[in-house]
Amino acid sequence: MADDKARRPKVGLFVTCLVDLFRPTVGFAAVKLIEASGCDVEVPAAQTCCGQPAYNSGDTADTRAIAESVIAAFESYDYVVAPSGSCGGMLKIHYPSLFNDDPAWKSRAEVFSAKVHELVSFLTDVRGMKGVDARFPKTVTYHDSCAGLRELGIRDQPRTLLASVEGLELKELNGANVCCGFGGTFCVKYADISNAIVSEKTKEIAASGAETLLAGDMGCLMNMAGKLQREKRPVSVRHVAEVLADMTGDVPPIGETTSD
Amino acid sequence: MVGAEEGVVSDREVILGKIRRALAADGNDVGRRAIVIARLEGTPRGIIPERGQLPQEERVALFTTMAEKVSATVGRIAALEDVPRAVAEFLRKHNLPASLRIGADPLLADLAWDGTQIAVSHGPSDGGDPVGLSHAVAGIAESGTLVLTSGPDNPTTLNFLPETHIVVIRAADIAGDYETVWDEVRETYGKGHMPRTVNMVTGPSRSADIEQTLLLGAHGPRRLHIVVVG
Amino acid sequence: MQITSPEFKQNARAALADPNLQKALRHVRSNFIDKRAKAAGALPEFEALRDNARDIKNHTLAHLDLYLEAYEDRVRQAGGEVHYAETAETARDIIRSICERAGAKTVTKGKSMIAEEINLNDYLEEHGITPVETDLGEYIIQLRHEPPSHIIAPAVHLTREQVEESFRKSHTDLAPDRDLTEPTELLAEARAKLRERFLAADVGITGANFLVAETGTSVIVTNEGNGDLTQILPRVHIVIASIEKITPTLNDVSQIMRLLARSATGQDMSVYTTFSTGPRRPEDPDGPDEYHVVILDNGRTGMLGSDFQEALRCIRCGACMNHCPVYHAIGGHAYGWVYPGPIGAVLDPQLIGVDKAGNLPNASTFCGRCEAVCPMRIPLPNMMRHWREREFERHLSPAVARYGIGFWAFFARRPRLYQWATRLAMRVLANRAIGKGRYTSLPLAGGWTKYRDFPAPEGRTFQEQWSARRKAS
Repeated sequence: MADDKARRPKVGLFVTCLVDLFRPTVGFAAVKLIEASGCDVEVPAAQTCCGQPAYNSGDTADTRAIAESVIAAFESYDYVVAPSGSCGGMLKIHYPSLFNDDPAWKSRAEVFSAKVHELVSFLTDVRGMKGVDARFPKTVTYHDSCAGLRELGIRDQPRTLLASVEGLELKELNGANVCCGFGGTFCVKYADISNAIVSEKTKEIAASGAETLLAGDMGCLMNMAGKLQREKRPVSVRHVAEVLADMTGDVPPIGETTSD
Repeated sequence: MVGAEEGVVSDREVILGKIRRALAADGNDVGRRAIVIARLEGTPRGIIPERGQLPQEERVALFTTMAEKVSATVGRIAALEDVPRAVAEFLRKHNLPASLRIGADPLLADLAWDGTQIAVSHGPSDGGDPVGLSHAVAGIAESGTLVLTSGPDNPTTLNFLPETHIVVIRAADIAGDYETVWDEVRETYGKGHMPRTVNMVTGPSRSADIEQTLLLGAHGPRRLHIVVVG
Repeated sequence: MQITSPEFKQNARAALADPNLQKALRHVRSNFIDKRAKAAGALPEFEALRDNARDIKNHTLAHLDLYLEAYEDRVRQAGGEVHYAETAETARDIIRSICERAGAKTVTKGKSMIAEEINLNDYLEEHGITPVETDLGEYIIQLRHEPPSHIIAPAVHLTREQVEESFRKSHTDLAPDRDLTEPTELLAEARAKLRERFLAADVGITGANFLVAETGTSVIVTNEGNGDLTQILPRVHIVIASIEKITPTLNDVSQIMRLLARSATGQDMSVYTTFSTGPRRPEDPDGPDEYHVVILDNGRTGMLGSDFQEALRCIRCGACMNHCPVYHAIGGHAYGWVYPGPIGAVLDPQLIGVDKAGNLPNASTFCGRCEAVCPMRIPLPNMMRHWREREFERHLSPAVARYGIGFWAFFARRPRLYQWATRLAMRVLANRAIGKGRYTSLPLAGGWTKYRDFPAPEGRTFQEQWSARRKAS
């Protein structure tokens, strides 16, 4: 990795709204990991959300306005990294398609899109990280969040890095590539269906026998944690970055008050 | 029916007009027509799976494997005159009636059935025949598929009504892929023309409509036996 | 069939509470997915074939008028008749008049989603013609007076016990104490019953998987052989198909065929792929005397040149619904019209109106699994989003949702205000959950907390902590 400080790439961290509001530790874990990969991290203040709630509700005007401000805030960085496959997919895949009728913004969005990466795949695929300096002596299972998996092709990257975590044992989750039923506003608009889907998921999580469930997206994690806890299943839930950054001591698992 | 015919004509114009408006296209555009004619005349082959692109012996072996995978049975004999013996053996082995319905295909009709105990009758099936015998004009190794064409030689009803269907195919007629068979059909019937029915048959009839459980013998034959000759 | 799409939410709730349906849906989840993955994985050219199939259909749609004309010419040359129908009503009238001319009392039917779309069975019955469904799944649901719940497995919502019950109720001429515990016994009984019907039918009606422009051929793909008995035994064969079934050449059909069965059932090939061209020839000993093709538009031309054109590539394999978590949860009937699952969520708003089918494109998590397996690479989630855009523009989406999004977007577009407001909100939310870590109920989040706990935030937002750290350093 480039030790020459002057040539360290500059990364703009797109925190994502759920990490910002609910799980700031994931943001700090992301900063720690990106710095460890030999980059400098900045967090532009002019960010709120990627715009998915508006986008997936058919509100294109608000979506475009949000996209324009995100692009303007981040386009000067070498890389834009988000600790979420879903928000990363929005920035990378969907932003350019918002500007099909506006060539100037379209090309800005495409240049921006090329810089965008989801956190874990950025570490492995862009920065060549092979392992991390972390310890987590537990059995874990991993859920592949839909957008990360199918829009960004993230599957092996988190498993590669998790394999280097001391004491960690990965038990694969049956149906790891099946949706958890979150779907943004879907989970409240179609609460009954969402519940049926997440109930299948928690059944599989319990069957995996793992102590901790990991994934790379806060929305899915909050959904699965909330269901596991309602069902009183003894499985803790964490964002994969917390484990990779060795920051599990900094904060209890999602929805819990005592550390695992 | 004049009124209805007029209605039919007008719906045709409406639909074609809507298509052209939606595509912002002109039906008389010579360039567009040329593109369409080129495809219909040129019949590009597309992507042909490597799987079936084999020398003949291996092609026959693949055909056999694929057909057996879909629950057909396959026997092989050296010469055409062995067909009656092979068919008789198959019927005996499976305790099937010694009764055969065959079309007018010279390949089958001219065989010496007298030497067997089988009662042979000729023509299409009305549903009363336990066993039908047909000659497939081609096979496709890629998927273990038989190709049968309609006509007096091999009435289509024989492919579907009897409980047991036995099909004779020459080893040399087994192609690697569907596209090669279509070339042969174009050669035989003329470009743009087809027999009334071309049946591609891949294994005996089946259904999985009850709890996704696969069961053989839905409406077509319960048993498909293939005799490869040569 | 009767449209119940506007009651989608109630339908879904009823489906979730139906133990027979939930039991039957387990088979969808376990069977289709593994088989498709295995079959696709075993063909190295599968992905390239998907690209080629997409290109073939795109090319065809761009020249659809000309391929239709070429197809029509070939059918006529082969002695068949082509009838165009802009609407369902016209299609039904055409079919009825052909049946009446043939003096038809019973017609056998191969499985056809287009026949479902135009409500053909009810219409024929009203006119004194008895339609007999011959696909085993379709036969079962016809006995039960139900619509199909899946486009390739119409009775997938039923358990074996339910099928047995229906057979006992309908086949009253058979011994009441007969054994029907094995699925094979049910199949044998249906085979025997339908065999009589096949031989007695005056007209056979099938759909088509492809209409081939090169030769004027209609193609059906079945496993049971019912479609073939439907089209070779009666005197008259009627094909009912929609405009987008047109495919240029036999080679093009073969390319797409390699995807169809693999995507649908995980077979390399379905058992019977049958190419029919015109009526029986003078020398033919069997086959129909008359051959008619009814080509239906029913709103599809409205998709050409629109955001939804790519959905016209669909070959009705069912892979999208087989892989859909929403379909797995509620089955097909809840969607409330002919086409369920992701493709239904795109097609139904076009065909019956987004005012009626508006819930369908919204009831998706956008997990993207449908697009990942669609052999024709139809961008289904994007199309569902396009419907949501239209609903939003036309103010069809629920007012609460619209105001909610508007309220949220007001803040999301103003980062400083947003950060100030969220900082306060998160602090309150965290403080009130001290010692618990989560909420079991929360105002305005009833949809969430009805079924799950709501994790409490850590307390100070990332932005607040980050700017504090920056200032300190």
